[in-house]
Amino acid sequence: MDFNDSPEEAAYREKARAWLAEHAAAHRAKWGEVKPNTPEHMAAAKDWQATKASAGYACITWPAAIGGGGGTPIQSVIFGQEETKAGLGYGYFTIGLGMCVPTVMAFADNDTKKRFVSPAVKGDEIWCQLFSEPAGGSDVAALRTRAVKDGDEWVINGQKVWTTGAHYCDYGILLTRTDPDVPKHKGLTMFWIDMRDAAVECRPIHQMSGGREFNEVYFTDLRVKDSQRLGEVGDGWKVALVTLMNERLAVGGSAGPNYREIMKLARELSGVAGPALKDQGFRDKLADWYVQSEGLKFTRFRTMTALSRGQTPGPESSIGKIISANQLQELANTAVEMEDQYGILVDPGQAPAEAAFQQSLMWAPGLRIAGGTDEILKNIIAERVLGLPGDVRLDKDVAFKDMPTGR
Amino acid sequence: MDFDYSDDQKFLKDEARKFLAAHCDVSVVRGVLDNPERAFDEKLWKGVAEQGWLGASIPEEFGGLGLGRVELCAIAEELGRAVAPIPFASTVYVLAEGIMAFGAEAQKAAILPRIAAGELIGCLATSEGPGVVGPASLQCRVEGGKLSGTKIPVTDGDVAGVALVLASEGGRPGLFLVDLTGPGVTRETLKSLDPTRSVAKLTFVGAAAERVGDAGAGFEIVQAILDRAAVLLAFEQLGGADRCLEMAREYALGRYAFGRVIAGYQAIKHKLADMYVKNEVARSNAYYGAWALNDDAPELPIAASAARIAASEAFWFASKENIQVHGGMGFTWDVDCHLYYRRSRQLSLVAGAPKVWKERLVGELEKKNAA
Repeated sequence: MDFNDSPEEAAYREKARAWLAEHAAAHRAKWGEVKPNTPEHMAAAKDWQATKASAGYACITWPAAIGGGGGTPIQSVIFGQEETKAGLGYGYFTIGLGMCVPTVMAFADNDTKKRFVSPAVKGDEIWCQLFSEPAGGSDVAALRTRAVKDGDEWVINGQKVWTTGAHYCDYGILLTRTDPDVPKHKGLTMFWIDMRDAAVECRPIHQMSGGREFNEVYFTDLRVKDSQRLGEVGDGWKVALVTLMNERLAVGGSAGPNYREIMKLARELSGVAGPALKDQGFRDKLADWYVQSEGLKFTRFRTMTALSRGQTPGPESSIGKIISANQLQELANTAVEMEDQYGILVDPGQAPAEAAFQQSLMWAPGLRIAGGTDEILKNIIAERVLGLPGDVRLDKDVAFKDMPTGR
Repeated sequence: MDFDYSDDQKFLKDEARKFLAAHCDVSVVRGVLDNPERAFDEKLWKGVAEQGWLGASIPEEFGGLGLGRVELCAIAEELGRAVAPIPFASTVYVLAEGIMAFGAEAQKAAILPRIAAGELIGCLATSEGPGVVGPASLQCRVEGGKLSGTKIPVTDGDVAGVALVLASEGGRPGLFLVDLTGPGVTRETLKSLDPTRSVAKLTFVGAAAERVGDAGAGFEIVQAILDRAAVLLAFEQLGGADRCLEMAREYALGRYAFGRVIAGYQAIKHKLADMYVKNEVARSNAYYGAWALNDDAPELPIAASAARIAASEAFWFASKENIQVHGGMGFTWDVDCHLYYRRSRQLSLVAGAPKVWKERLVGELEKKNAA
């Protein structure tokens, strides 16, 4: 056992590092410090993506013929590590390149692929995924957005929700209901759509955390050509599964303060009896958080090992978000309580750690829901990893239109 | 990145599993459980010696196989899975590892070949009563090479040939090697939460004792030995926890209630998913411990603490929830769930309870961040 690169991996890492050292510096010199959520930030991100694509560092595992790097999964991991170390990496392209474009590649005709894949790799065009709806969250297949055939076109009406980046995306893949007279999984059809169409309206969602990072997307008589269909009519669920299969790989690691930051806070504050860091209850929790977050780190190392050996990684990475989201919530709340009465303050100029713990406290509930709720993720582990049976289903043989619905 | 068993190590682990399936099925474990006069299974002990496991990590010059510690971890994982009723941990993780790390050349030559040959069982005697043993409370004394005092409980103390005993000499704590077959030693077998592993009270009245390692460094040496043992014990715990998850899964898939298998109920599915999550956290931390142990890395204190905390939590959770999944049957003597529940307690307590290791971990993190 060791943590070293193989000679080939080390050579690749060296090459990536040298390339990054040169181009990251040039990128910074060109753009300077850009604030997130600004047009300049997006422009810088697109520029960086194009730079990577020109050197084969965008979509590293994709064939070079379609604009990728023609590399291996472990090379992709290595480049990602080095890019993060270099302080670069923009999140705008993750969902599009990780989930949407692979779906287009799997189901679209050659002309469509030719038209869209290369611009996406270069960062010219950004894609979003339009699946979740008010009536279909964990149960995505219960979605209601309706597509009705009209000659060579489809007319789409309905609403999506929690769409990451809908307001800045150029294109999206949209899952619709085309036949309400058959059971729910059988009446779905997937399309790609132009997000700039006037019939598409994005409205930001005001989150409980105060931010507006996600959107509702409304479709009012949106007309799409039948050639924009991905997969057969009624096969939308099959297509969606290909998209979602990539989700586990695309959804990244955890953000926010961890055991190091709360240890730093505890060192600075006084507790009930003596320094907060000396409180035995706190020390026990701290040990648990350390063990969990190191456990996740070393689990990623196990996954990397499989990739490095050219094997398919095991299901162990499925534990990641359940642990990290719950830990963030507990850790943030412990920190806020450690601040005692002062913990109620949220101004970054006043609250310790620039209010990172207060912000995490308000963000963590969303993290436990996004990309699969705790409960759905446990179902996935139980069913796909442990091979336990699925739940009893009341909706399998019932036409969608006859299914009981609540709010 | 090479953070998993190698193919050779996997082969060794598979072979160990096959051997234990043939020679340590549950009837062997129950043979010790149900016969209080039996401290361990002698036949299995002999077989394990013949497999070379007792000397797996002992250098060839001392009669061992000279394999690495990761190989020993692989064997430990299988022993834990099989709830093996033998004094392997006391002899190999504590005595052999302790003598290899701190013993004088003469001590190595006297002890290690006998361990490898299956002729010598060891034990570690630190506890003197309820609560955590510390420098202020240490009662056992060595004067002029003679040990006096009482150690309770000592795992495998009733069958061991030698003990490593924590005692103070001239007011300074030290670790001492004591021949338990010599004069001045009285042993009394005690009842344990886990009768598949034996415990004893050892009373010393002027028993011959020779120091292992530096004078005054008793607690540091014991801690260093326990760091090594903690990693290996974590693999036993991991093996046990994995087996509990398998048992719960098998039972849930075959047990019907309200017209369908209970494995289809979310209350059961989520319980098993929770077990899986804890077991994987334990496995990843245990692997890091294995690396640190094998490479004798400066990270060992932190890695061992994390491995022990994660593995103790995983085995405790899996063993108690395995009983829960089995329902009333799980509470019977005849169903095997309690063997794992008992062993999870034995393994969590034997080298210091998790709370001790949590404190050690945080203490080490404080040192690391202060440096």
